[in-house]
Parts: sequence; structure tokens; C-alpha cells
Amino acid sequence: MNFGRLLAVWHARNLEFLRDRSTLIFNFLFPLALVVAFAVIFGGQPRALFKVDVVAPPGVALDGALHPFLATRYVDFVGIEPGDLMATVRKVERHQVDLLIDLRAAPRYWINEDSPKGYLAEKLLLESASGKATREPVSGAAVRYVDWLLPGVLGMNMMFSCLFGVGYVVVRYRKSGFLRRLSATPVTAFEFGAAQVLSRLLLTVSVTSLIYGALALVVPFRNEGSALLLLLIAVAGALAMISFGFMMAARFASEELANGAINLTSWPMMLLSGVWFSLEGAPGWLQAAAKVLPLTQMLDAARAVMLDGAGLAEVLPQIGWLAVMTLLFLGIAATGFRWRAD
Amino acid sequence: MHVPMPPVLEVQNLVKQYAGVRAVDGVSFSIAEGQCFGLLGPNGAGKTTTVEMMEGVTSPTSGEVLYRGAPLGARFREEAGIQFQKTALQEFLTVRETLAFFTRLYQKRRPVEELIRTCALEQLEDRDNRKLSGGQMQRLLLAIALANDPRVLFLDEPTTGLDPQARHNFWDLVRTIKAEGRTVLLTTHYMEEAYFLCDVVAIMDRGRIIAEGPPARLLQEHFDDVVLELPREDFPGATTDFPLPVLVASDRVEISTADVEGALRILLARGVPLRRLKIRPRNLEDLFLELTGRELRT
Repeated sequence: MNFGRLLAVWHARNLEFLRDRSTLIFNFLFPLALVVAFAVIFGGQPRALFKVDVVAPPGVALDGALHPFLATRYVDFVGIEPGDLMATVRKVERHQVDLLIDLRAAPRYWINEDSPKGYLAEKLLLESASGKATREPVSGAAVRYVDWLLPGVLGMNMMFSCLFGVGYVVVRYRKSGFLRRLSATPVTAFEFGAAQVLSRLLLTVSVTSLIYGALALVVPFRNEGSALLLLLIAVAGALAMISFGFMMAARFASEELANGAINLTSWPMMLLSGVWFSLEGAPGWLQAAAKVLPLTQMLDAARAVMLDGAGLAEVLPQIGWLAVMTLLFLGIAATGFRWRAD
Repeated sequence: MHVPMPPVLEVQNLVKQYAGVRAVDGVSFSIAEGQCFGLLGPNGAGKTTTVEMMEGVTSPTSGEVLYRGAPLGARFREEAGIQFQKTALQEFLTVRETLAFFTRLYQKRRPVEELIRTCALEQLEDRDNRKLSGGQMQRLLLAIALANDPRVLFLDEPTTGLDPQARHNFWDLVRTIKAEGRTVLLTTHYMEEAYFLCDVVAIMDRGRIIAEGPPARLLQEHFDDVVLELPREDFPGATTDFPLPVLVASDRVEISTADVEGALRILLARGVPLRRLKIRPRNLEDLFLELTGRELRT
């Protein structure tokens, strides 16, 4: 291992990347489009002022006849199955639902005492009916979807950048014969790989940090934990995913094949790692399988920090797992690495 | 007393078998310190495969390559300079940056300025290496091969595709490098190139070496005659009744003889116009034809 050689390959790769305008612009434009999309989707006011979930007796419509409260305007009443009652109580705790009311027997309602909208929804309920309703207070801080989604989308963007950014480039180097030329120099597969990984790490963590900063300006979101710890999680996650991309590219000599293989692994990650929705309701085996994926671990850790204010000790298992995966992927890549296309 | 130098490179019974094709079929030779060794042969003879096994970028099916008596290893990679026949470089880098990159990969480095001067790249140092012409690219690849101030230099078909002017310039460069005492292994299918640059040539055909030695000595051993060349249209019809050996090529006929005066008398007696007659010594191209019955450049 010679650090000077590693540095030479790293530097040359950085120059190449920075001068490849189209790729550079794409790497910044795509995340920027995400910022705009976030601002549009989550920046405006919701149309319904309140969201109230209702458990009604079977076959009964949700209207003023069932309970006068249901006639209130600008409230989004959503009927739910009795089986979902407990899950909905948790939504009330997280401010995802302002009020939950069970009208199957004597009215009974759940309200989050920390939620301003819950407070107002309760006023409306009590105003609408003189009848008694049993109060079930819960508590918990708000988790808006945007707060939950943001780490997922940033993580997904990192994943694509890591997998394709390294995988594609290495395969192109091999196909063009540049790797063969390097194989005739003292550079080792490990030095070459480490340089590629570090170059992409610098890029992807910088871009993600910039996007994080830009998002903070347009969509105020929640971060209960340390930004520095988030950075550490991003570095650990990016390293694991870049190493994974490098491993995928260790042998292929065709960009099409590499593209297919990387797509084949990135799409399941995008769906199973909880980028868009939580896997809480999914079968146990699927959740267990998803836990293996580096993106899942990174997002779990990032959400724990951002939503629950977790500290280093609490996310150490995830960071450890990411580090183990990084070493595993790099080890496999370095042993199976091919310099030549044929 | 003369103590023989150990060979810089030694190739022992090298074989490369691809599916259905034996590209290199038991090749052995050695290259002495400071020698320019030429591997000459037509396209597909196995030259590049042989050289790539010697460079350590292709592994042989069997046989061995030794660098200063030892198998190829870290020392070889530090001390060898290699110009591949075709190489893609990293994109978006200038000539100067590309050279700086390659020098940084070695412990022993030649200053980039010196590489630029040696290979006449002064006008091109800030140009993106994708925007170089064929001859400019070959000069850059040569400069890269010299980045580690190599003790042994591999040049694989370095002038293929260059125009005659660029080729002659390249030959001058190689002569300078030779004069610095470096060992050079050159592959080419241009016999003049091998003749001009190489101390020793090995002629390859179908994966085997069919002749080896200093070019002048090889010619001396195989030929004691010269060639009279005439445009085909100046030579009258049939060659069967002509008393000397005649080779008919597409545009010319070649008469080989050790007795030039006698041959001229025969031609004059037959009324052949001699205005466009050329008399030339035998060359490596003739030797290849003599040994294989085929022309070198086919």
C-alpha cells in the first residue's frame, strides 16, 4: 500500500469528474430538483385544516346523522377499520392524525395534548355535541411526513450516486483499456479501489451536505440530534454503498451489464430500505431481509438521530454494521478485481 | 576477460492458448542490456500477445518470463516503461496532468518538463489528451512510458497508423532513447523500422519465431543476390521462359540475381525499357517471403 500512488489516482479521478460538466451538473441538478419538489409538495398549506380518523359502526356513513361533529367543514374525516385503532393511536401520538374518534358505542376519542391542531379539533368536537365523550389523552411530538421522508430521499440520492458513480466509471475504465495500462504500473487493485471510493465519498458527502443545507432553507425540517453525527452516518453509509458499487464493478467489462446489475440491486434497496414508506406493517421476514441492506441501516440511524435525537451510542450498531459491510465488499472486490476486459 | 551480461529479459518456451487458437506457440529468446530487440511479423503473428506476456499484463498458458533472472514482480513494474499499441487515458486531463499522474505512480520519476521536451510535446501540454492527433498521441504514450525513467522500454507497434513524416520523427526519438543506454523491445510489421532501429530482430509467424539475429547478418545468411524491380507494364508478358527467377507482384516484377550485368544484358536483348528500373539490396521483407512463401504486409 503506497499512499502517494493512491493520492495520484484519487486526484486524477477528481479532476476528471469536475471537468465532466454534464455528469457534474446532473449530480447537482437531480438533488436540486428534489429540493424544489419538496418545497412544492410540502411548502404549501394543506387544504383540509384537520385530519380526523373515525371508527364507525359497520355499514354506517360518516355524516352528521352518525354524530354532529362529522358535519363540521374543513375537516378531513377518514373512516378506519376497528383493527387499525391502535396503529392510529400511534399516528395521533406522532401528530400524523389530529384526532381519533370511536363511534361504535358511546363516543370515545384520543387526543394528543402536545398538538395545537389536536387542541383545536377537540374544541370543535366538544362544541358540536353536548353529549358526553370519553377523553383518552396521549402525548408525543409531531413527526410530519416531510421529516420522515427527507432522510429517505437524501439517502436514496446518495445510493444512486454511490452505486453508479463508481460502478459505471470502473467498468468504463476497464472497457477502454485504461485499467490495463494501470496494471502495468506499480498501482495495486486495493490502491486503485481505495482512490475511487474516496473520490466518490468526497463528492457524494459534499453534495448531500449542500442539499441538506439548501433544504433547511426552503423546507424547515426537524433534526433533534447532532448534525456532526449525521455526517458520520452519511460517511459510513456512503462508504458501504460505494464499496458495494465497486464490488459490482470488479469484474464486468460491459456498461450495459453493469447498468443492469446495479439497477437490479438499487431498486430493491429503494423499495425495501424505507425511503418512501415505513416497512412496519410488512411481514417479519421481509423486514429482516431489508435490515441487511446498507441503505436500511443508514436510514434507520439517520432517522433515529433526526426524529428521536439519538446519540452516537444508540446508532453505533448501524454504523458498525455499515463498517463491516464496507470491509466485506472491498475485500471481495479486491480479490476478484480484473484489470482487463477479456 | 569478457564476462557476459545476464539478459535483461528472458523468455522461455512461452505459450498462449486461446479457445481454438494457439496465439503464441513455444517462443524463447533473450534480450541483453542496452539492446534494441525487434519482434517483426505480420498482423496476427503473435507479437502483441508475446509482448503482453512479457509486460505481465497477460498471463501465459505455459512458459516463463524472467526479468534480470527473476519472475516479473514489483521491481519489474517499477523499472519497466510500456507503450501499449492502443491505450485509453483518463478523460478530461491535459497532456501535462496525464504525465504528472503517471510519474506519481513510480518511486523513480522523470521530471514532467523533461518528458515534455524529450517527446516534443511543448505545444500540446495544456491540451485535453482526447484532442491529440495520431502522431501526437503516440508521442504522449511514449512520454508516459518514460515517466519512471525506465531501464527497459516496451514499444508495441508504436508507428502503426502514422504518416511517414511522423514515423521518421518517432524513429529519431527512439534513437535518442537507445543512445541513453536503455533496453528496448519493439514490435512492428514495418521491416524498415526494425532494420533502422533494432540491433537484433526475431521474425515471428503464426506464433513461432522463424528467424533471429542482427538484421544485416540474417540477410547475409539467406541471400547473396540483389533485386531488380521493374513496373509490371514494362516487363513483356510471360515469365516462364525467362532464365532468372521472377516474382510478379500486383504493380511490379522482381528479378533476383547475383549477376546484375548478366541480368541487364538479358533484359536489353529482350527490348525491355530500363528507364524505370530499380536495383535494391535484399531486405527483411524479402526474408519473410523467402521463409514463409507469403508477403509480410497482407
